[in-house]
Amino acid sequence: MTIHFVVHDEHDSVGVVVVEGVKAGQELTGWIMDQDRMITFSAKNDIPIGHKLAIRDIAAGDTIIKYGVDIGRAIAPIAAGEHLHVHNVKTKRW
Amino acid sequence: MGMDLGNLTFEGYRRENGRMGVRNHVIILPVDDLSNAACEAVARNIQGAMAIPHAYGRLQFGADLDLHFRTLIGVGSNPNVAGVVVIGIEPGWTGRVVDGIAKSGKPVEGFWIEQHGDIATIANASRAAYRLVKHASTLRRTTAPLRELWVSTKCGESDTTSGLASCPTVGNAFDKLWENGNTLVFGETSELTGGEHLVKARCRTPEIAARFQAMFDRYQAVIEAHKTSDLSESQPTKGNIEGGLTTIEEKALGNIQKIGRKCLVDGVLDKAETPSHPGLWFMDSSSAAAEMVTLCAAAGYAVHTFPTGQGNVIGNPILPVIKITANPRTMRTMPEHIDLDVSGILQKQMTIDEAGEKLLDCILRTANGELTAAEILGHREFSLTRLYESA
Repeated sequence: MTIHFVVHDEHDSVGVVVVEGVKAGQELTGWIMDQDRMITFSAKNDIPIGHKLAIRDIAAGDTIIKYGVDIGRAIAPIAAGEHLHVHNVKTKRW
Repeated sequence: MGMDLGNLTFEGYRRENGRMGVRNHVIILPVDDLSNAACEAVARNIQGAMAIPHAYGRLQFGADLDLHFRTLIGVGSNPNVAGVVVIGIEPGWTGRVVDGIAKSGKPVEGFWIEQHGDIATIANASRAAYRLVKHASTLRRTTAPLRELWVSTKCGESDTTSGLASCPTVGNAFDKLWENGNTLVFGETSELTGGEHLVKARCRTPEIAARFQAMFDRYQAVIEAHKTSDLSESQPTKGNIEGGLTTIEEKALGNIQKIGRKCLVDGVLDKAETPSHPGLWFMDSSSAAAEMVTLCAAAGYAVHTFPTGQGNVIGNPILPVIKITANPRTMRTMPEHIDLDVSGILQKQMTIDEAGEKLLDCILRTANGELTAAEILGHREFSLTRLYESA
């Protein structure tokens, strides 16, 4: 079984794609590391290796959680399964 | 169940000051940019001598000049170095570097170009380099306990796989080495932004935490004074963003996985400062790879661990740099740059603890003399950190 994406913690907003060539509509198998639990998701976009997908629906202005910690804020609504990156998330620091 | 590192040993070079090195370099060290050509000529004349050219050393003043001297003297004093030829444009600052290195007890000879010219300087310095290479070739490796190995870390061209697997691999090895009594260091002050509270909470005492916070706040003030939107795609870098890292906070949280889960921060260091006792040290440093690794070399570290996601190709002239990746695309496209592949973690084919043990094995093999990818490919990035403009 191929793991397509990995989530640090079950409370996180995002998972990381760890294989090349994920396509929109593809059924993805995910591994939540800290709880050692598997989940499945459907990708809404093509997502390059290393890039993130939202694993819950996120509203504009919401805080994005990864490693159980704040990593920035959404600047647009992001649906579960959607590609989450610099086009829809910004730092809160600089 | 912890791995007992107490009985592990490595074969290295015992230097005059008691420190253990893992390489036996004879270096030709310029005091300033003007002396690079002479140093490179000496290294061409004498097999086994290595020039370390750099861009600076003129008209620096105050703390910036102190750092320049501390870095050059530290690099010359590093236990991976058997002997040093120093060349400068004039005798004053040349003598300062020579005297600083001589305190380590190792053989060092200085030459200056003014009133001699390049050709005579190269001839005289080549004779000195000849003697030092001859001497270095007689030295033999001896056995030392693993705890005498000083190990540094810094990651680069990170991506999301760095925080998931390659940085936690270093963190696991650091937890084990810290419990074993090794001398360790991490740094990258600006790249802790968003996770600085987690590092502060790991400081052993309130005094260390306060000193860490002061270093962090000072660096933030520099960034605040000069910042552009997202720091002009320098933090995260273009490569980080290509690799999927979105914000500095996300990058920082991956970065600090390198200090594991158990080890405490036992002290803080200024740039290129040598630690006074074993433990995990935080060095207030640049997050640029070659600058940080150069500062680790100057502080006296003997082996460097370098997690990468997108494939930073860095090496250092005197410090073997072990590169670790968990990104399967990087392993597919540029495997010659990687010393340890931990991508199996992401497919549940390897645990982080198993990866940490593989890294310890790789560190030991490197210490015993096995060449790293960067050494074989000739990567000798040597970058001096500047604090401000010249006088």
